[in-house]
Amino acid sequence: MSLLPLFVIVPLGAAFVTPIFSKFWKGFSDWWGNLASAFLMVLSLWCLRFSTETIVYYAGGWEPVDGIPVGIAMVMDGLTVLMLIIINVIAFLVTLYSVNFLKNYTDRGKYYTLFLLMLAGLNGVVLSGDMFNLFVFLEIAAIATYALVAFGVEAESLEASFKYQVLGGAASITILLGIAFFYHLTGTLNMADASRLFADMGPSPAVIFTGILFLVGFSLKAGLMPFHAWLPDAYPSAPASISAMLAGVGSKVLGVYALIRIFFNVFGMTVMPSLLTIFLVLGTLSMAVGAFLALGQKDFKRLLAYSSISQIGYCIFAFGLGTPLGILGGLFHLLNHSVFKSLLFFNSGAVVYATGKRNLESMGGLSQRMPVTGTTSLVGSLSVSGIPPLGGFWSKLIIIYAAVESGHHILAGVAILVSIVTLGYYMKVQKLAFFGPLAAAYQKVKEVPAFMCISMVVLALLSLGLGLLLLPQLREVILDPAVKVVEQGMGYAEMVLGG
Amino acid sequence: MIVFILAILLFLIGLYGVLVKRNLIKIIIGLMIMEYAVNLFFTLVGFREGGTAPIFSEGLSDNVFFVDPLPQALVLTAIVIGLGTTALMVSIAVRIYEKYDTLDVRKIRKLRG
Repeated sequence: MSLLPLFVIVPLGAAFVTPIFSKFWKGFSDWWGNLASAFLMVLSLWCLRFSTETIVYYAGGWEPVDGIPVGIAMVMDGLTVLMLIIINVIAFLVTLYSVNFLKNYTDRGKYYTLFLLMLAGLNGVVLSGDMFNLFVFLEIAAIATYALVAFGVEAESLEASFKYQVLGGAASITILLGIAFFYHLTGTLNMADASRLFADMGPSPAVIFTGILFLVGFSLKAGLMPFHAWLPDAYPSAPASISAMLAGVGSKVLGVYALIRIFFNVFGMTVMPSLLTIFLVLGTLSMAVGAFLALGQKDFKRLLAYSSISQIGYCIFAFGLGTPLGILGGLFHLLNHSVFKSLLFFNSGAVVYATGKRNLESMGGLSQRMPVTGTTSLVGSLSVSGIPPLGGFWSKLIIIYAAVESGHHILAGVAILVSIVTLGYYMKVQKLAFFGPLAAAYQKVKEVPAFMCISMVVLALLSLGLGLLLLPQLREVILDPAVKVVEQGMGYAEMVLGG
Repeated sequence: MIVFILAILLFLIGLYGVLVKRNLIKIIIGLMIMEYAVNLFFTLVGFREGGTAPIFSEGLSDNVFFVDPLPQALVLTAIVIGLGTTALMVSIAVRIYEKYDTLDVRKIRKLRG
């Protein structure tokens, strides 16, 4: 029995059971959702043992015939293991946080059902070794996300969800058209098999057009700068726990992971040499414009949403450098960003839970009444701004160093500048919301309940300690295998199909 | 070749609907047209001139060949996914109508950029 299908079967099965039993027993969905996500977290950490290997599982036992795969493949390599850990650890903390946070929402059963479906979709996307299967899992995750964004059924969240659905739908259709071209060109849907064929084919207009379709589709899902319109509406309108999941995991898996996997491993840089430049341009644009738009925001969650665009820009920028060090920086920043951005969205949720307000200017001095939220948000803010010795500092340092090393001095300067702007707007958050004199209206505000505090503290400790991942012993297990997978490019085909 | 161009034309009609129309329902219809165009295109990718339906049965002669069955299976899946997304979009549009009393996107503007 292989481990791989469990990542999809467990959340899918758990999602199926949730609405049935939560009808009879009110507390069931809390227990059940947490149990399922805790199991998946343990399972994903267990997979670290196999991070240096490539495990392939053929659904239904359809083994390859003469080295040509015929069935649906699930592939687990270093990159997949890293993404699985990010997804499932954050997902567990989100379910833990939801236990208390959902007090103001109706129908927990439906919330956990949708959340587990989203989790099944996200896990499926990273495990899939097959283009169409990736599309199906992407749609499962996307449909669950659309519904979760609208979960508050306020006028704003419905509007944001509709906007997200139109743009997300357009992205899905573009990706499907891309898959049609992909299948027409190669006659296969298996990524490894197609990678081998693309290597022989070389660049042709049809291949480049297919690449552009995928680039547009997945950039829309990632919320990169010219395609970001849905993001600053969807994140603030969703419940805070879902914003944390979307910003920390959703856009990365559906957007950044898919972009890296398809362009580095399937198409390969030999087919599209100008792709690195496109990544650099998109990344720099997102990181600079996102940061400057965040500077002017007064809504706590909207500011975090723009900051998310900016940080995703850093990741894409780092991959665009194309050097091993840049790839390491990009993956490490992806990991860091999941941790601190989920933490900051949890903080914003805690503030909304306690005060009912999102406008920063109406707050003040909340640290005195909410010490845990105040302290953890300070840790998160410092980490995202790149203050040593927090995790965010190390990943930004690697990215900037890699940019200088590969000769992009001006872009490295932009990255440093954006980092300073980031520090500026996070200090604004701290000053307006948490420091200073306590506003009279908030004298009776209480710290949020225990489970919300626990998940915030865990994430704060993680962002404090993530710098340790650069120690050689830990790096060999977690980051290096993932970097190797991206770096080897078309070597992916040999790894999966076994030479 | 002409059928491919017609499929792309259908896609562009849908895109026009999404970009230009102001009514939520018409935007949804535009998206559906786009999706059907892609589904049609995908099915045409698997078409082989003179091929028969891909079903094994008694008494097939040797010189008969099939159209590619894989795109048909994929399009079937894509249609089901499309049904899910459309159902969700329409239900959200209904809720929006309850909240705003209009389907005009110009009047549904509580969120600002």
